[in-house]
Amino acid sequence: MGIIYLLLFFSLIIAAAFLWAFLWSNSDGQFDDVEGPAMRMLRDEKSPKSSTNS
Amino acid sequence: MEKELFKYDNVTTRNFLVATIIWGVIAFLVGVTAAIQLFYPDLNLDLPWLTFGRLRALHTNGAIFAFVGNAIFAGVYHSMQRLLKTRMASDLLSNIHFWGWQLIIVSAVITLPLGITSSKEYAELEWPIDIAITLVWVVFGINMFWTILKRRERHLYVAIWFYIATFVTVAVLHIVNNLELPVSMTKSYSIFAGVQDALVQWWYGHNAVAFFLTTPVLGLMYYFLPKAAERPVYSYRLSIIHFWALIFIYIWAGPHHLLYTALPDWAQSLGTVFSIMLIFPSWGGMINGLLTLRGAWDRVRDSAVLKFFVVAVSAYGMATLEGPLLSLKNLNAIAHYTDWIPAHVHIGTLGWNGFLIFGMIYWLLPRLYQTSLYSEKLANWHFFIGTLGIIFWALPMYVSGFTQSMMWKQFNPDGTLLYHNFLDTVTQIIPMYILRAIGGTLYLTGAILLVVNVWRTVKSGTLLREEEASAMPLAPKYQKEKGEYWHRWIERRPVTLLLWSTVVILIGGAVEIIPTLKIDSNVPKLEAVKPYTPLELAGRDLYIREGCNACHSQMIRPFRSETKRYGEYSKAGEFVYDHPFLWGSKRTGPDLHRLGGKYGDLWHYNHMMDPTRTSPGSIMPRYPWLLTNELDFEILPKKLSAMQTLGVPYTDDEVETAKELALAQATRISDGLNQEENVETLPSDEIIALIAYLQRLGTDINPNK
Repeated sequence: MGIIYLLLFFSLIIAAAFLWAFLWSNSDGQFDDVEGPAMRMLRDEKSPKSSTNS
Repeated sequence: MEKELFKYDNVTTRNFLVATIIWGVIAFLVGVTAAIQLFYPDLNLDLPWLTFGRLRALHTNGAIFAFVGNAIFAGVYHSMQRLLKTRMASDLLSNIHFWGWQLIIVSAVITLPLGITSSKEYAELEWPIDIAITLVWVVFGINMFWTILKRRERHLYVAIWFYIATFVTVAVLHIVNNLELPVSMTKSYSIFAGVQDALVQWWYGHNAVAFFLTTPVLGLMYYFLPKAAERPVYSYRLSIIHFWALIFIYIWAGPHHLLYTALPDWAQSLGTVFSIMLIFPSWGGMINGLLTLRGAWDRVRDSAVLKFFVVAVSAYGMATLEGPLLSLKNLNAIAHYTDWIPAHVHIGTLGWNGFLIFGMIYWLLPRLYQTSLYSEKLANWHFFIGTLGIIFWALPMYVSGFTQSMMWKQFNPDGTLLYHNFLDTVTQIIPMYILRAIGGTLYLTGAILLVVNVWRTVKSGTLLREEEASAMPLAPKYQKEKGEYWHRWIERRPVTLLLWSTVVILIGGAVEIIPTLKIDSNVPKLEAVKPYTPLELAGRDLYIREGCNACHSQMIRPFRSETKRYGEYSKAGEFVYDHPFLWGSKRTGPDLHRLGGKYGDLWHYNHMMDPTRTSPGSIMPRYPWLLTNELDFEILPKKLSAMQTLGVPYTDDEVETAKELALAQATRISDGLNQEENVETLPSDEIIALIAYLQRLGTDINPNK
């Protein structure tokens, strides 16, 4: 079942990429604040002159 | 530092939204047509391109890639600009992405009804379109990562992570599952065969559900649900945890589509274990979505958007509990090949995908057009009709799936099958098929209400093409320090690195794939199993063209109820020359793996002309064009040559004389048929090749032979 090793290879590569992305994001401080981002996304800052609905 | 002024691009979002609605209605319409054909096959009007086998692929591809696909892009292009406080990086790329994707869909709408298909579920499109998909996907990726690079918001909101995971994984899945050797512009053979091809297909198929129908849609949920509810997501911490857990676990669950097949047992068990684990991250998402509405349930009463979201997230929760349970072997033994699976799938697509998308459209469109929704009441009607549609779709299919499966497994006291005629188990569930078509029609009706509502809304407003916004520029986070290590530099460039790691994946993949171009030696080789004759191969390609595998499996599971009905169970070694595999995933008709020799040639001839002549009450469509179409013999040497390249042991001599070999075999079959009363065939009729293939099926090792 050579194909299993092939798929294993691809799956591990994907998993490794995600693992790396996780470690990066963690060390980058992406997850230091787990309250703020949820609040901030609700606020769309408009340009001062624009007055469209939110 | 001063605030920077910039503009969001709303045009691309609007374009994708309009495409979502148009393709959605078409996909639902094709679905309803296919559903009606299952109890009224005459609806195909004896036209090849309107026949179930071909329509089914059009429906699934339309629903997944045209309806949900365009909706994902609309949501991504809208939310990403606002979450990252920047315009999409390139208007040109946005345009190429939009028009390229529509062109791909149009080519699918043309080729699939013509029978141009690779037969692999949700990857049916032929190789030139596969290449186009890859290119457009890369354009989307570049546009997305470039936008991330120029962001004015340091933190990547959880929705962005879902989008990134979608891009990376779908790219890899699409390429691996579509590795095929072209024979002509419209025909190719999968480089994998049999068990291996099946495993690659369902690794793809499962993850297409995971990374096309789940992760991007969760991303949309994390943006549009809090926005519509005007309150933050219940737990941002939970969203982060369940995101990472989900993407790490999903990729391993694919083998649960192949339980009790010729796939090695340990791989099946691996799939089951990971599927059960998936309950936790999946429900993390559902709980987070529903609890976001805590304290705001009164608003659900008044808002059609929130109603759609609540049902969508609930459907997600149901489907992701049911999925893992269906991965348990004991339940899978009952549900596999039955209508239970389409029921499960449609809870996900109609409920989770469809309703989340409808909610998003109702929320987003009036904002783009600087107006309010034409009619909230009409949207509520859509909600209730649509919900009723889902119920009418799914419940009858649960009943029908369970009923039919139980009937397949009933024995008489003397050990014979109680319902030995497969057709008896079909006619039993036809009322359920009628109810299902009603459900689909209700869902379609709801979508038409959406079209009216959207049309009137658009008419009453004007599109805000360029939306002005402002934000502080992103302060540089690092200053280069003297003597710092090189990896500090890399660590500051996550996006570049992610792009590069994808490139590395692809190069590594190509290197890995070359050895597998040869037939794998680990599949137990059976001496008796021989390659198809040229005529049988041609017949097999007709089987693929007509989409026979949409309704017929070729995989007998090792159950007494199946070996009694169909014959010896299927062995991995029997499929080593099957490029692509044709195991199928649904038994609307009986399994065909041991069909060879079961009936005479005349039976097949009559059956294809009109199935009710041999099987009164059959719901299989007629295939009169097979009796008159002329088979293309000229291409046979090229086909054999391609198979030879893939490792099928044809001799050079066989490749050269493929045409003559096929003609000789066709003449024998045709002469045999012509001796019967009222039958007149030519060796060049397509039906002859199909009969040759059907009579070959499963005969190589059949111990009862």
